[in-house]
Amino acid sequence: MTQPRLWRFHGGLKLDARTARPAAESIGAVPVPPRLVLPLSQHVGQPAEPVVAVGERVLRGQPIARPRGYVGAKVHASSSGTVVEIADHPVPHPSGLSAPCIVIETDGLDEPWTGYEPSPAYTELHANELRARVRAAGVVGLGGAAFPTAVKLGAGSGLKLLILNGAECEPYICCDELLLRERPEEVLAGAQVLLRALDIDRCCIAIEEDKPLAKEALESAITAAGETRIEVVSVPAVYPEGGERQLIKVLTGEEVPARGVPPDIGYLCQNVATAAAVARAVLQGQPLISRIVTVTGKGVAQPRNLEVRLGTPIAELVRACGGYTEHAAHLLMGGAMMGFPLSDDSLPVIKGTNCIVVASREEIRPRAPSMPCIRCGECAEVCPAQLLPQQLFWHARSGELDQLEDYNLFDCIECGCCDVVCPSQLPLTQYFRYAKTELWARERDRVRSDLARDRFEARRERIEAEQQARQHKLEQKTRAAESARGDDDARKAMIDEALERVQARRESGESDDGGAER
Amino acid sequence: MRFEPTAPPHVRPAGGVTRVMGEVLLALVPATIAWVWFFGPGLLYNMSVAALVALACEAGALALRGRAVMPQLLDLSAVVTAVLLAFCLPPLTPWWITATGAAFAILFAKQLYGGLGYNPFNPAMAGYVVLLISFPEAMTRWLPPLGDSLGLAAASLDPWQTLRFTLTGLLPEGISWDAISGATPLDDLKTQLSLARTVDEVRASALYGSLGARGWEWTANWIALGGIYLLWRRVIRWQIPLAVILGVCVPATFFWLIDPGSHPPPTFHLFSGATLLCAFFIATDPVSAATSRSGRLVYGFGIGLLIFVIRSWGGYPDGVAFAVLLMNMAVPAIDHFTRPRTYGHAN
Repeated sequence: MTQPRLWRFHGGLKLDARTARPAAESIGAVPVPPRLVLPLSQHVGQPAEPVVAVGERVLRGQPIARPRGYVGAKVHASSSGTVVEIADHPVPHPSGLSAPCIVIETDGLDEPWTGYEPSPAYTELHANELRARVRAAGVVGLGGAAFPTAVKLGAGSGLKLLILNGAECEPYICCDELLLRERPEEVLAGAQVLLRALDIDRCCIAIEEDKPLAKEALESAITAAGETRIEVVSVPAVYPEGGERQLIKVLTGEEVPARGVPPDIGYLCQNVATAAAVARAVLQGQPLISRIVTVTGKGVAQPRNLEVRLGTPIAELVRACGGYTEHAAHLLMGGAMMGFPLSDDSLPVIKGTNCIVVASREEIRPRAPSMPCIRCGECAEVCPAQLLPQQLFWHARSGELDQLEDYNLFDCIECGCCDVVCPSQLPLTQYFRYAKTELWARERDRVRSDLARDRFEARRERIEAEQQARQHKLEQKTRAAESARGDDDARKAMIDEALERVQARRESGESDDGGAER
Repeated sequence: MRFEPTAPPHVRPAGGVTRVMGEVLLALVPATIAWVWFFGPGLLYNMSVAALVALACEAGALALRGRAVMPQLLDLSAVVTAVLLAFCLPPLTPWWITATGAAFAILFAKQLYGGLGYNPFNPAMAGYVVLLISFPEAMTRWLPPLGDSLGLAAASLDPWQTLRFTLTGLLPEGISWDAISGATPLDDLKTQLSLARTVDEVRASALYGSLGARGWEWTANWIALGGIYLLWRRVIRWQIPLAVILGVCVPATFFWLIDPGSHPPPTFHLFSGATLLCAFFIATDPVSAATSRSGRLVYGFGIGLLIFVIRSWGGYPDGVAFAVLLMNMAVPAIDHFTRPRTYGHAN
């Protein structure tokens, strides 16, 4: 295949991939654990709503929670057993907080649920029907962001190109590479189903140039299938090329608008593992109940990739990789650049878990003490968003929030490149994350105070209106009394009327009192 | 099992400020050797005095400001300032003059503004300008290349006599300034041109070489070599050096083509005075320079242009220090107007 023209995205870093050991092994399996902990929120959007009760028996692949709202995803039982608890448990999230989870005690039978129909003849299905199947299977973006795939598929019209992202650029992660090497036909089938669901006929699968085996495997699968709509493109291995916006720039030379999404310019990006999950969902009627996870780092005896049931505790993964070594010091979910630390290995694997790193103290050295910024500008040289991290740092440190917005802080993708090149060892990304939360908090406060002000003003207006009405009435009455002064009959009538009103009020008051006495 | 927290990214920076400054010092070694070969060991004495005073002032100021002294002393930035200042001084400079310049550079131009990273002006240039204005005579008493061997001077000092002069300010018995000193080529050219001689006549003197002037052109070559090393090591980026060189050469070529009698060729501008030292080592001081790519081009070109203007029409034979300080002032404006376009934003 001829290599099409490629573009460059600004900045980025060439990083040591650190995948040699796990990439040399095949994808392994993890036994069904005794307990599965399935968080209700493993995706972007509202947490799912449980549809099972404690004590209920569930089968492998059975839906146990349904999406709440349009942006949401189903959760399925990843093995058969009994629901023993629906309660808050610690979940793998940067905040380290707990969230509602469904806990299943497995019975070891791994009995399958057969509620979803396989549709090998997917071409006969309408795009909407395909999307509904993807939604029913609980498929979300498996590259780490976990955005509900069906929602993404429904986003655009007039798309030009489907991009499958196999540019796994972050150190340690190689689950997509293994998927492409061992199951290329699944990715290919996924691409075909996605093309059908989007009703377009061009797909480009991007694979980094340092993964020739993955590229070969996929190309031979494509040739064997006689598929001509799909092309495999080898892209340079530069971090953070796996970022959707960076990859689109490399492949097309176009930029996604800052406040927009790729479909705005005619592209739709999906991870290769997501495509494989779509293929399984549609062709075999299999919901998303497992995924490939890279388990690596010097703290693991035999690093390798594993097919893991969602909800499996991380400790089980490490056990399947020969256990911890004496060097185990840090636990990360995700890669070396954007992965977040976990305090505990009892946390479950979720849909977005692409990698577990057990790092030694040498792999993740403590940060050297920071020096003042010397304005060398290296951070701006490597920033893939073309920001000026040093200016952002300056304003973040002095709390100048308006300036931060002016310097486009919200375009920061937190890739961490600036941190890595900073000679002054400044924790820039941390500053930016902090500054973003400050800005969000300010925005929330602003919305709240706007609301309070609106309420206050509405109340004042109402009171004023009431006062005016009362005034108006009084004036009318006075005018009526004055006009009636000359006419004795009319005056008398008015006095009688007033007396009657008083009488009526007294009576109703008495009956009220009587009521209270009873 | 419990694990220790760590904040992303988990890849740590390879170098530090000390590495950056260390590389700069390393890159100046060839130029230092060439300088000493042509102009004697005075540079080394000046460097030592400047470095000691700079470190003492830095330590004192940091202590007064209640900051940790050692990490900032070890960053070597004060040493770089001192060494660059020493490169600007005549080989025979009494220690108190050097010390005054170094102290001003560190105390006033750097620490009073908040220390490393906060100084708007290049400290070495600020220190040098103070000396140039305060000790004009001492700052213009240069030595000819290779002492008396080219016949440009009647006598020259040996290393011991040079050291004695540095420490006491006294010349040996029986040797006068007239016997040992000589004008710098830029100074000489300026004087001679004002006496209505042509550039070609002036350059026939033994002081001048093929590109610039003897000795000067060779140190300039070695400075450029150090600069290329810094570029290769990614300590500096290409924009500022190139822009400074263009800023000098573009107008120099223009005027030389119009009137070669009263304007020296661009190569002369490039290889005499401190043009290349400025392009690779002084203007590239990141703290006081513009930061974006296009901003650096504007900043560097402005410096080059000012160097040419001051040399051609100003009152000083060389204009590097003033050019740098003037452009330092323009940095906030340059940075403001040369912000790069963020990904996904319209221009």
